[in-house]
Amino acid sequence: MNRILGRRAILNFIYLMSPPLLDVEGGGRGNAPLMSSSASGDCISQSGSGLKECNFLGLSDCSSVDSSAVSNVCGENKNNLNFKATELRLGLPGSRSPERDSDFSLLSSGKLDEKQLFPLLPSKDGICSLMQKSIVSGNKRGFSDTMDGFSEIKSSVFTEGKWMFNANGSDSGTPQSVVEAKLAGNAGINVILTNNSSGAQPSMKKEVPTRAPKEGQNKMNGSNNNSSAPAAKAQVVGWPPIRSFRKNTLATTSKNNEEVDGKPGPGALFIKVSMDGAPYLRKVDLRMYSTYQELSSALEKMFMCFTIRKCGSQETPDREMLGENKFKDLLHGSDYVLTFEDKDGDWMLVGDVPWGMFIESCKRLKIMKGSDAIGLAPRTMEKSKNQN
Amino acid sequence: MVYSFPEEVLEYVFAFLSSDKDRNAVSLVCKSWYEIERWCRRRVFIGNCYAVSPQIMIRRFPEVRAVKIKGKPHFADFNLVPERWGAYVYPWISAMARSYPWLEEIKLKRMVVTDESLELISKSFKNFKVLSLSSCEGFTTDGLSSIAANCRNLRELDLRESEVEDLSGHWLSHFPDNFTSLVSLNMSCLGSEVSFSALERLISRCPNLKTLWLNRAVPVEKLASLLRRAPQLVEFGTGACSTEIRTDIFSNLVEAFSGCKHLKSLSGFWDVVPAYLPAMYSVCSRITKLNLSYATVQSPDLVELISQCSNLKCLWVLDYIEDAGLKALSSYCKDLQELRVFPSDPYSAEPNVSLTEQGLVTVSAGCPKLQSVLYFCRQMSNAALIAIARNRPNLIRFRLCIIEPQAPDYLTLEPLDTGFGAIVEHCKELRRLSLSGLLTDRVFEYIGTHAKKLEMLSLAFAGDSDLGLHHVLSGCESLRKLEIRDCPFGDRALLANAAKLETMRSLWMSSCSVSYGACKLLGQKMPNLNVEVIDERGPPDSRPESISVEKLYVYRTVAGPRADKPDFVWTMDEDGALRFS
Repeated sequence: MNRILGRRAILNFIYLMSPPLLDVEGGGRGNAPLMSSSASGDCISQSGSGLKECNFLGLSDCSSVDSSAVSNVCGENKNNLNFKATELRLGLPGSRSPERDSDFSLLSSGKLDEKQLFPLLPSKDGICSLMQKSIVSGNKRGFSDTMDGFSEIKSSVFTEGKWMFNANGSDSGTPQSVVEAKLAGNAGINVILTNNSSGAQPSMKKEVPTRAPKEGQNKMNGSNNNSSAPAAKAQVVGWPPIRSFRKNTLATTSKNNEEVDGKPGPGALFIKVSMDGAPYLRKVDLRMYSTYQELSSALEKMFMCFTIRKCGSQETPDREMLGENKFKDLLHGSDYVLTFEDKDGDWMLVGDVPWGMFIESCKRLKIMKGSDAIGLAPRTMEKSKNQN
Repeated sequence: MVYSFPEEVLEYVFAFLSSDKDRNAVSLVCKSWYEIERWCRRRVFIGNCYAVSPQIMIRRFPEVRAVKIKGKPHFADFNLVPERWGAYVYPWISAMARSYPWLEEIKLKRMVVTDESLELISKSFKNFKVLSLSSCEGFTTDGLSSIAANCRNLRELDLRESEVEDLSGHWLSHFPDNFTSLVSLNMSCLGSEVSFSALERLISRCPNLKTLWLNRAVPVEKLASLLRRAPQLVEFGTGACSTEIRTDIFSNLVEAFSGCKHLKSLSGFWDVVPAYLPAMYSVCSRITKLNLSYATVQSPDLVELISQCSNLKCLWVLDYIEDAGLKALSSYCKDLQELRVFPSDPYSAEPNVSLTEQGLVTVSAGCPKLQSVLYFCRQMSNAALIAIARNRPNLIRFRLCIIEPQAPDYLTLEPLDTGFGAIVEHCKELRRLSLSGLLTDRVFEYIGTHAKKLEMLSLAFAGDSDLGLHHVLSGCESLRKLEIRDCPFGDRALLANAAKLETMRSLWMSSCSVSYGACKLLGQKMPNLNVEVIDERGPPDSRPESISVEKLYVYRTVAGPRADKPDFVWTMDEDGALRFS
């Protein structure tokens, strides 16, 4: 073992000689946690701004979306909430605002029948218990305002070196809930953009595992489990590590069995999504959503991110990407409609049949130009009548 | 002297060497042995399709008959590798079509296969016999039609767990009427219904058929007819068995199974109605492999079936089996070597079944030959892991997935370091390990110290600092594949152990803390590695060097940077400049 270490130490030394990056003694024994260094602060705020670029709903430079798009995303009675929630008022435990309380009591009355998103924290950090109360279906709706607010949260809280997940502060209430909702939404970034891990993700996740053990939060697990009501778990990309084949099989199996207590079946249902003009397909998990709105906004973000990113960079002019004009079309919501191919191979407009029926028959999705989709709507209605 | 030994004799002797390791060793003896060996090597295994190019393979081994190629990193199974990442097989097929006209076998895993590739295969190799596409994607049933229609000597067609665009079931009907060579057919991943009469005729005229894995669309009432035509089957996978039980169907099934005297392996059972299971009791005593991982059957029915399988060596099952069922398993199946328990409802917060760590402990105590474990559960303790380690020091593969990330020992609320430490300490032959639960750097210290035979390690949400990664890279002498997600490992351990990476097949790190600057440095210093940064946020140059990359895939290669990268992958090369695809 010593010989091996010796060899390694030599190699360490060689690599340590050149780069400006390394400043440790040989052997990698320096154990300063990465998290507290300013470098990680840079990482966090940087990736926060990276997130910002992606956001087409309000704060980014590229977008010029009118507010109607935003309110569509948010749903009828939660409009105010989203905008309020994006304002930077949070971070320090104990600071409350009455408005917030009322906002969140609204949320807590939301239905609990769908998967919640929570950040990658062990429940011992006190997050789980609060997550049940916080935005539920709103998590998916809250996705947009999460993206809005996320960069601010990070810059205000994280770079100040404050760690928000005080396990003891689990009763601090609203601000923390808001934070967690934000972070939940952030974890939601991972989830909704199934194959697209956001820039914020690495910094999020790296924060958590390091901090929790150091603060000795291990004992929190039990108490939190007691205090929280059981609820469906959020999905982290690729966790638990189950192959798509098996996940889809589980999903289909559960569809065949009766749903218990009205909760949605387990397992994922990955469907390919293509878009006219986009160079490649994405995949979405239909089980992540419970309404057409959620699916639609998630898809918008999924395909939007690529467009905006390419807008910003001058790097690959020969890439076959959506041009500026098409992008603007997308933003103004003028030109694209969402269609799906059902089990019979017919293409139909999305939105005419109840969500449950849609999930069962949808084989794939396609974002088509509006002009190509003329004539689809009537067939949908007829077909559903025939099926019924 | 070597000169007095004719080449033909050496060639004859080398023909008895089947393992690649032995052949590689032989090649190193001297130049003439290298030459003789390379001309008579018939089977080539390529663990990473980008580690070597088709041209290099063909140049060295001109007379190959069988290739096995693996493509995407393992974490692609869990959607961590973005689409269009790569692993296209077409360049390999097209090169081999020119140079290996006598190629007989192509086995691929996690590669992108197009209909074009399949058609080229079907037309280029006159003696083509074996096509195995495991976890592949990119082709449709039209491609299968080409294979069926043109491969006159086909023996095996195995599509396990591939994603096939299922245009219709018509492909099966493309096997010509005089086609009789089929030995193995696995179509379990397909959705569409094939023509049942075509299937029946195919099976009837192939007397050597040993393996038949049907797809879900074949209903249970048709099974008996198929089995009667193929009583020589050794491996059989049913379709869905969900139709309501009827006496005539059931009795047909009983009769058909009883005629199968050679059945050793059963699979399928999608949505199986428990009442069908007794139809198989007559074959249970010969069964060595049982895949019930699609069977949503409760523990008592499972136990009924398993209790008759005294020769069972391999069991894949859902967690419906519960601790009670595992206890029964451990008492009835003393020959058990491999156990996989999959979660039936992984996404709910509360357990839906009574399966805990206890089940695994019981099996480890009762099954002395147990060597391979994959276990999903919701709670674990150090005590249980220590017990398992002491019970089963002969473990070779141990993959534990505690569903909640970073779950601690549920009894003591401590990290699971000592438990996994016991595993690596006692199980000296351990080759594959997957960790989960709450883990600090200490577990990696144990692994680095004890896991000397470990070849593959999978980590998620584990560790505190670079020290953890350093322990693994510096201590695990046999390490070939390391895959890491969401761990706080950064630049220091990676750079300090850069040379280690040349001794491994590959390293995957996603959602860790490796900075772009470190990746560049690694790429500069290590010309025999491809250091690929996967980042969907745009070019890493547009961000400061200290920013962590989203995903990093490092692998040794003699083929240089790859030319087919998508726009979200960058190779860090010697110039320190970025290369775009």
